[in-house]
Amino acid sequence: MKLLLVLSLSAIVATATSVSAGGHGGNPAVTARKAHMQLYQHNLMILGNMARGNTEYDTAAAQAAADNLVSLSTLSQAGYWIPGTTNAELGDETRLLPAVFEADSTARQIGADLAAASVALAAVAGTGPEAVGPALGPVGAACTACHRAYRVSDN
Amino acid sequence: MAAMKKLLIIVAFGTIAALAAGLWITRPLTVNTEQVASLSGSAADGEWVFHLGSCASCHATPGGDKTVLAGGREFTTGFGTFVAPNISSSPAHGLGAWSQADFFNAMRHGTSPQGTHYFPAFPYASYTRMSDTDIANLWAYMATLPASDAPTQPHRLTFPFNLRATVGVWKALYLRTAFVGPGEDTERGRYLAEAIGHCAECHTPRSALGGLQNNRWMAGAPDPSGKGKVPGITPAQLDWSEADIAYYLETGFTPDFDSAGGGMAAVIEGTSRLPATDRAAIAAYVKALPPAQ
Ligand code: HEC
Ligand code: HEC
Ligand code: HEC
Repeated sequence: MKLLLVLSLSAIVATATSVSAGGHGGNPAVTARKAHMQLYQHNLMILGNMARGNTEYDTAAAQAAADNLVSLSTLSQAGYWIPGTTNAELGDETRLLPAVFEADSTARQIGADLAAASVALAAVAGTGPEAVGPALGPVGAACTACHRAYRVSDN
Repeated sequence: MAAMKKLLIIVAFGTIAALAAGLWITRPLTVNTEQVASLSGSAADGEWVFHLGSCASCHATPGGDKTVLAGGREFTTGFGTFVAPNISSSPAHGLGAWSQADFFNAMRHGTSPQGTHYFPAFPYASYTRMSDTDIANLWAYMATLPASDAPTQPHRLTFPFNLRATVGVWKALYLRTAFVGPGEDTERGRYLAEAIGHCAECHTPRSALGGLQNNRWMAGAPDPSGKGKVPGITPAQLDWSEADIAYYLETGFTPDFDSAGGGMAAVIEGTSRLPATDRAAIAAYVKALPPAQ
């Protein structure tokens, strides 16, 4: 009986934790931001694994992933990069640092750099795996520049 | 409880500092000036040392040109706020009037030209392991960088940590030229990681007095910025292959294609410029680390 109670209590705690960790009860702007990042990540993974020789190069798949990166990096994200949703207000739910909204924020410029690097990547992604690796460089540099300045380290 | 502990540390440190000021064991050490004077470095060979050491990440003015080492970046710690000094080639405000021996004393012993201790917020506890050749090459390279006349700003530290003499005690406890991690088949990687890349300064937890805990080498630590965590990279925390680690050091991409951020970004600026063989050497060293928690 006691054991059952403990078990059901811990089930409730577990559900509560997973909800606050980004599921339905979480801040919608954070959920959308992370989803956007995961789409970057997934498309990069397709290209990166081909460049590293971990998967076989496929012209159509490479081109599609690069085109997706162009689309993603040119979408307006203004609706979910909003003040009040940084780790200063929401704690561990998000890794976004408040500096992104300060007057000297470089996030907009980094976003533009990412878009330009993605366009350059898409121009060569269909030409073979040798071209993909080097073209990923500037894309990764833009991701890293933003994570350096505006994402708290937490692994 | 924590406040009590902090007070005790402060009292202990203050007492030690008062004693240390006159003690032989905590005096600032210097190099053999004649020996150093005969070394002549190559600027071209010092460039990678400069980048792997990420000198610019601390000494370039935030948001400014990375080659102008004008200082001004602030580091908030439990001991107060440190401000990175101007180490550009300006004779009046930077290192332009220094001798090569002055530079060796700073890098190897944490000793200033005035014969005082530097605070270990300047990671000389790692750089102390650098070879004569690499320090001389770095010195030659830094002389080619532009001068800035921005005056160095004072640190804002709390008593007794503002007393440079206390650092003598710290050095007696923690400053060692010996390497810590495995080097049997990974000597090159260990040298790059421990002497220049100063990986442990961020990836190893510290004691209450700010010394690295060598028995928890690279086991992960709070981020030096005060926010977030630096992940552990021993096999107890990291299951990446050697090729994965080398690729991360080249591109910033993790095996699942997240990209690096925080303090690691500056490190990757350095490692991405290394020859592939050197990145592989660092990766082999990381894989050979003993698991630690
Ligand atoms: C404009 C700044 C910016 C750019 C550009 C950027 N990121 Fe991010 N990224 C962030 C921030 C901020 C977070 C933390 C979001 C949060 O927790 O709310 C993040 C989080 C992530 C995450 C973790 C998502 C999660 O589920 O928690 C991944 C993966 C990621 N980014 C990958 C990428 C990749 C790959 C690129 C380049 C194609 C990229 N990012 C470009 C700022 C950026
Ligand atoms: C200035 C502090 C700092 C230094 C110096 C540093 N690191 Fe890091 N490292 C970090 C941080 C912070 C992260 C987490 C990055 C993030 O948030 O994306 C990290 C992440 C890593 C990771 C990925 C771990 C993971 O689980 O994602 C590896 C591997 C790594 N570092 C290796 C090294 C090596 C090798 C060196 C020395 C050549 C080094 N680091 C020097 C701060 C540092
Ligand atoms: C983590 C930040 C950090 C890094 C990385 C760093 N430094 Fe510093 N450095 C400092 C701080 C803080 C001081 C001030 C120390 C003091 O006042 O005691 C300093 C002081 C110095 C000084 C003494 C300057 C003076 O005016 O007396 C020299 C020389 C120096 N650093 C050179 C370097 C070189 C060369 C590198 C790269 C190999 C480097 N530093 C990397 C933070 C850093």
